[in-house]
Amino acid sequence: MWTPVVFWVCAAGSVATGVAVFRVNSMARATFALLASFLFAAGTILLLNLAYLGVLVVLMMIMEMVVMVVFMLMYMMNPAGLMPMTMVHNQKGSLAIAGGVFAALAAGILLVPWPTSDQPRPVDPTRALGEALMGSKMLVMMVLGLCLFATMVATVVLAHHRGRYDRYGDALRAKRPDDPVRGGLDR
Amino acid sequence: MTLPLREAGGLLVQQHRRTLAADVLLGRGGALALLLAAVLASLVTPLGHWAVADLSIGVVWFNAMEVVAWAAVWLVGWGANSAYGLLGGYRFIAQGLAYELPHMFALITAALGAGSLRVADVVAAQSSVWFVVWMPIAFVVYLLSVMAMAFWGPFDQPVGADAAGGAAAELSGVDRLVFTAARWLLLTSGAAFAVPLFLGGGAGPVLPAWLWSLVKTVAVLAVLVWVKRRIPTLRLERYQEIAWVVLIPLTLVQALGVAVVVLAR
Repeated sequence: MWTPVVFWVCAAGSVATGVAVFRVNSMARATFALLASFLFAAGTILLLNLAYLGVLVVLMMIMEMVVMVVFMLMYMMNPAGLMPMTMVHNQKGSLAIAGGVFAALAAGILLVPWPTSDQPRPVDPTRALGEALMGSKMLVMMVLGLCLFATMVATVVLAHHRGRYDRYGDALRAKRPDDPVRGGLDR
Repeated sequence: MTLPLREAGGLLVQQHRRTLAADVLLGRGGALALLLAAVLASLVTPLGHWAVADLSIGVVWFNAMEVVAWAAVWLVGWGANSAYGLLGGYRFIAQGLAYELPHMFALITAALGAGSLRVADVVAAQSSVWFVVWMPIAFVVYLLSVMAMAFWGPFDQPVGADAAGGAAAELSGVDRLVFTAARWLLLTSGAAFAVPLFLGGGAGPVLPAWLWSLVKTVAVLAVLVWVKRRIPTLRLERYQEIAWVVLIPLTLVQALGVAVVVLAR
């Protein structure tokens, strides 16, 4: 009885806050409207009894959006909504793209012959989903995880303009690192 | 003894001080979210054997609720349209980047030792020996991050006096009361959650389980208060480096040790 109610609240809330992202006039409000949209989406995942995934979406989205708001305010116009601004550009083109994508996805939902099963629901749907998605491909997933992590570390190292020679001198013999930021462990 | 009550009453009747072009929706929303998250985090904390909701993913739930503080403190700082407030908000995000990963590894270590994310299972796994005995690093890191997430004691730079009160600089009246109460509640929820995670939950001789839960929570809180009185404010950039260079490797080694023990027995 309450499941459809919660679903429609989450669905409508998600779309409404998603629209709000493009209607509000400050970057901070746009970011947190987007966060609200994701939290509503997490609600629908919780309805599928995927408690772990749902709560994880809440956790990750809050952290992601807080990091994102820092960059939104740094790079975008009119952070605080004190001047008129619009989040919508190239209106005709984006309307066509958005309409096309929506039509394609909706057609997919209606036309794909979704498999049905008369088996009872698994005790732990999260585990079942994980095994269905990754069970036979665990090696690939592990390697992929390592590659992604190595890429992140390499990107940070390449992007940083100071290396160990800047910190410890050309012969790496300096007793204390020469850092622009004070504090830290060995000084 | 009546000072907190008098202060709360004073804040209730205090006249609101407003700033120019403040974002009231985001600022108030942030303070309310902090209060709500602090209460909801305790949903999975058992009092004795009884919890409001013993979720199958209780540990992750607690983690998700305390992460709300990231958004909430920044929103409070942003909402006032004040330079000091915003500075405090950004300080808290920097602090979050320092404490969150060691904190998550500490939580994972306790869940790993029990082989379950359900808080009742974590308590049951400590029937013979408390987790604090063989996961001391995770316990200490957990206490540090509880103080950091409540920006309290040595981690109070987000509301530091050097920035005229930081994120809370422009708060007045009921807004300040909500924010302060939420901060205290967050600290208390964190201290209370240390009991089922590391201190055997309600286990103990003579006294009933619920009383043991309370006694242990008060003891953890007393330690946190003692730390606040003993240790001065720690600069953010210093803790950032300690967290990433010392605490993350330490917690990883701790998790590895626990994993080996779990696999071997």
